[in-house]
Amino acid sequence: MNAAANDAPLIAVDDLHTYYGKSHILHGVTLHVRPGEVVGLLGRNGVGKSTTLKTIMGLVHPTEGSVQLGGNPITGMPPHKLARLGIGYVPEDRRIFRLLTVMENLRTGLDRQGVTEEKKRSLLDKVFAYFPVLAERRNQAGGTLSGGEQQMLAIARAMMLEPRIILLDEPTEGLMPRMVSQIRNIVDVLHQENVAILLVEQNVPLTLEASERVYIMEKGVVRHHAAARDLKVNDAVIHQYLGV
Amino acid sequence: MELTAILYAIPWDQILIQTVNGIVTGMILALIASGLTLIFGIMDVVNFAHGELFMLGAYVGVVVLATTGNFWLALLIATLVVALLGAAIQIATLRPLLGRDPLTTILATFGVSLILQNYALWQFGPVARKIQEPISGRFTLFYLEYPWYRLMIAGLSAAIIGGFWLFLKYGKYGIWIRATTQDRVMAQAMGIPVPLVHTAAFAIGAGMAAASGVLFGPLVGVNHTMGLDWVLKAFIVVVVGGMGNLGGSIAAAIFISLLEAYASIWVSPAQAVIVSFVVLILTLLFRPTGLFVPTPK
Repeated sequence: MNAAANDAPLIAVDDLHTYYGKSHILHGVTLHVRPGEVVGLLGRNGVGKSTTLKTIMGLVHPTEGSVQLGGNPITGMPPHKLARLGIGYVPEDRRIFRLLTVMENLRTGLDRQGVTEEKKRSLLDKVFAYFPVLAERRNQAGGTLSGGEQQMLAIARAMMLEPRIILLDEPTEGLMPRMVSQIRNIVDVLHQENVAILLVEQNVPLTLEASERVYIMEKGVVRHHAAARDLKVNDAVIHQYLGV
Repeated sequence: MELTAILYAIPWDQILIQTVNGIVTGMILALIASGLTLIFGIMDVVNFAHGELFMLGAYVGVVVLATTGNFWLALLIATLVVALLGAAIQIATLRPLLGRDPLTTILATFGVSLILQNYALWQFGPVARKIQEPISGRFTLFYLEYPWYRLMIAGLSAAIIGGFWLFLKYGKYGIWIRATTQDRVMAQAMGIPVPLVHTAAFAIGAGMAAASGVLFGPLVGVNHTMGLDWVLKAFIVVVVGGMGNLGGSIAAAIFISLLEAYASIWVSPAQAVIVSFVVLILTLLFRPTGLFVPTPK
């Protein structure tokens, strides 16, 4: 993608330190995502990948460091403001509103100020075209969907915000191969629509395939940063940090 | 012959009268409990000041009625004034405590209840005030002259609860309230201004309590302790109905009120209250998630 024109980062995370109670989780994470860019964030379990996303989303407050969105500081802003500014969040456990219908789940992101009925319709049409199963189940409670359908709903719900970036936390975890390739497709679709993605994954081949750049984390810091095409699944670096 | 004897022995007239009574008190109770369960569901706050919001609603009703002579205006203004007061209380005492130990919010709302009660005592004195009912007609129910107003209370409470339910089901802000109730963190991440939703939910609950205070005012005197009995019953209803479950609370309110009404055919009304506690204890023992809650999938 036209990287030269979009060189200024959309999200810039600088030296982020985050604690859960007394345990120091992030020890100075620095990374950035350019507009429309898919960036992978790899690492073993418990190295702070999810915490990095939560900190960007304002769900966890960093003790040090800063987050910028389009050059403006957003550190410490409440999550609902960040969502309105264009950060979509798809958490690891999907967090579907289980008692709300599929349609109501989508409406949580759609009923914003300044969204015309026409716009709402076109956003809904778009996700229903990508995820026909959601259209079929629009009046069904979110909690009754299968895991893969819930994942689709979580992504579709974030898309209702017309985000500039989506923080995607392990979207393929626990899904059947067919679902995985569907999620993989939607990442490409979002990429074509110029939505940036910060993708946290355990699935290394998928991440290397979908992303332009990859960060590898270990023990709360970024240890390695490379273009995805320069890494192979069986790379020594991958082996060193991920043990695959 | 045996069967006929039994059928004659049953006081059908009393049962019918008590059914009407039970539904009337049940609807009032449901209106109070709806607010309580809404607040608990969304904020995990057990609002010990709920009875005082009910009481203040009745007092605001007394004052507006005295100045304007219009019951409906009194109902409307009391609801709005107490809803605003509820918003102020939520912002001042509960918002800073969000996510802390539940004990802190219990103490905070208990403190608020003491302040409101003593304010009412200081402002209005210990003598009970009277709210004149807006319609005074009666109809004959067996040997009783039954006031139409009581039926009107039931109808109005049902209308308010029905309106509230429609708002929750279809309204944009209703969906925000339900989403926030289910998952506060994800609601925030979807751009829902959760602190504002909390304040609004508390205000709605307070307004509903105030409305029931005004509606119930004509049946009993308005005094500074009138909230105590009702809030106790509302708590029982909320627990029996499944904490935070609106439909369950409404069903439980009517169920318990009917049981109490039937019991008072044979025992004194003061003893009939025991029925509520028996139901509460049995619920806690055998179905602690609530009587009227579908088994979670």
